[in-house]
Amino acid sequence: MKAWHFSENAYPDLPPEDDFDSIRVTLPNRLYDPAKGAALYDRFLDEWCLAEDEGLEIMLNEHHQTATCVDPAAPIVLGALARLTKRARLLILGNPVANRRDPVRIAEEMALVDILSKGRLECGFVRGVPFEILPANSNPVRMNERQWEATDLIVKAWTSHDGPFSHEGRFFHHRNINIWPRPWQQPHPPVWISTTSTSGARRVGARGYVQATFLTGYKGTPAIFDAYRAGWREAGLGENVPMHRLAYAALVYVADSEAAAHAGAEKLLWYMTANKVPPHFARPPGYMPVAAYAAMLRGAAVGGLAANRRNATVENAIENGLMFAGTPDQVYDQFKRFHDHVGGFGHLLIMGQAGFLDHAETVAGIKCFARNVYPRLKQNFPMTAISGSRAPPVPA
Amino acid sequence: MNEAVRGSSPHRLTIAGIDLEYLDRGRGAPLLYLHGGAGIAADHAFIDRLAGQRRVIAPSHPGFGTSGLPDWLDSVDDIAHVHLELLDRLKLDVVDVVGMSLGGWIAAEMATKAPERLSRMALIGPIGVKTGTVDRLDIPDIFAMSEANLDRLRFHDPGKHRADIGAMSDEALATMVRNHETLALIAWEPYMHNPKLRHRLHRAAMPVLLLRGDSDGIVSADYIARYAKLFPDAGITTIAAAGHGPQVEQPDRTADIILEFFA
Repeated sequence: MKAWHFSENAYPDLPPEDDFDSIRVTLPNRLYDPAKGAALYDRFLDEWCLAEDEGLEIMLNEHHQTATCVDPAAPIVLGALARLTKRARLLILGNPVANRRDPVRIAEEMALVDILSKGRLECGFVRGVPFEILPANSNPVRMNERQWEATDLIVKAWTSHDGPFSHEGRFFHHRNINIWPRPWQQPHPPVWISTTSTSGARRVGARGYVQATFLTGYKGTPAIFDAYRAGWREAGLGENVPMHRLAYAALVYVADSEAAAHAGAEKLLWYMTANKVPPHFARPPGYMPVAAYAAMLRGAAVGGLAANRRNATVENAIENGLMFAGTPDQVYDQFKRFHDHVGGFGHLLIMGQAGFLDHAETVAGIKCFARNVYPRLKQNFPMTAISGSRAPPVPA
Repeated sequence: MNEAVRGSSPHRLTIAGIDLEYLDRGRGAPLLYLHGGAGIAADHAFIDRLAGQRRVIAPSHPGFGTSGLPDWLDSVDDIAHVHLELLDRLKLDVVDVVGMSLGGWIAAEMATKAPERLSRMALIGPIGVKTGTVDRLDIPDIFAMSEANLDRLRFHDPGKHRADIGAMSDEALATMVRNHETLALIAWEPYMHNPKLRHRLHRAAMPVLLLRGDSDGIVSADYIARYAKLFPDAGITTIAAAGHGPQVEQPDRTADIILEFFA
């Protein structure tokens, strides 16, 4: 098991939510104080460095025009982390490839970070959440097709070393692709893709890339991981999917006492409770298939953060597999129960900072996890084990 | 109108690999009706009124209704080519055309490509050109507002015309969702217009009538005035007690004005 410290670099110091329509897309940036923001970046970078000192890996992400994640250019922060850290793997999850106009530029940025970090890049590609559509002015229709054309082109740019090649595709046109530098890792940095749909996961499995899913809980995760395994097998990658191909992101807070853990976990719920977004930003046309969209208009439950906003409690979040929180023993047990339920995964992406969880509390949570839970996870959940209950036992 | 005509099922043709549905109603000189972004479902009363005097050909654009949508198609320009071929296939050398909103944009594109095929054009709340300033959308961002706000912009009487999802069949609901998706596909960027179109409209020298509902919150009176100036020969008529869809809120009156213009 590998554990990754992840912070969305939120800017939580906002007026009461009744004073604004949406925390994303339309929230005026006059509410952002640059000096406070600079101090927050210092703090979040320090927390990532501390996570490295405690033996964790590092993950960051990117969102746009939102107070929930003030990291609109994750490759820049990744470049800083490449120089501030020495050992940790650096996961960007990820580059919003369906919303960026130039995949070759992404290939260049990521190759540069891989060189700067001497081969520590883990490179994620994401389609982007619905709220990213308007900030990117990105057409919400045919995003999957754009995502995959971009992803395949980036991997080709990383792995082509004999001078220029050209690409005249459906969505992207480049007459001269010949990136400098090329990546440090050969043949290329590990690729991660996040998806919360089974059709997406099947496709990721067929490529053999690492599949990450966020807050899909007991209910949604098994089908996603099953789809990945099915895609993997259909593509002829083998009968067995190793644990290290699958990742799950949850809210995690560990403390020595239940009371302290509960208090920290409460603050982490900001991820869900602060996510005030009107429906028209959350469901652009074409983002989901017609049948799913129609069902949603009929009142079918919407998955993810939005569904849990109103009734988010620590107990609910733990019960639903969105959060692991408590004393080290409790967190270990919660994790094991969830891990067994979904068939197993190799990467725990720890959403370990949110909202008003302050520096001392964040550091305490990281340390308590790293020292009192992580060693057991590493020992009892080896990366090379086989994921999925239908898989035969590991050969001796 | 005559129930036999109203109930007649759509015809189908394959054009450029696209399975296209179209209505063919009434008798007389041919009239092509091009529906707006919401699809054709609410336009039947209007179409039937036109069909009282004319043969009305009314296709569902690719990606709307049950018309197919190939991977390669992603623009209004593509659709204009498809509908010109539809005229070829139906052996209609010259037609009058009525275009509503998105359909008006398609009609305008057709008129710049083959002006000789369109004898007169009636454009109802047409979109498709950029006539205003750089720092303001000519057409409000319908993809960035609530349903309630959008209804207020679309209708003179939103209470009467708001979509009742609970009462819709699964098929009708899926069509509504798909229509909206196709509208986003073809009109997302540049938003609701083709920057080149205004520089081509001088070719559309046929008589043109632009109609606008008096309560239209989607296309402003200024927008329509500036749009009309791009044609060599265009007039403007305002329809009272109608929003962006006068063919829905005032179907008979709108049809009668158009039939008179075409007469």
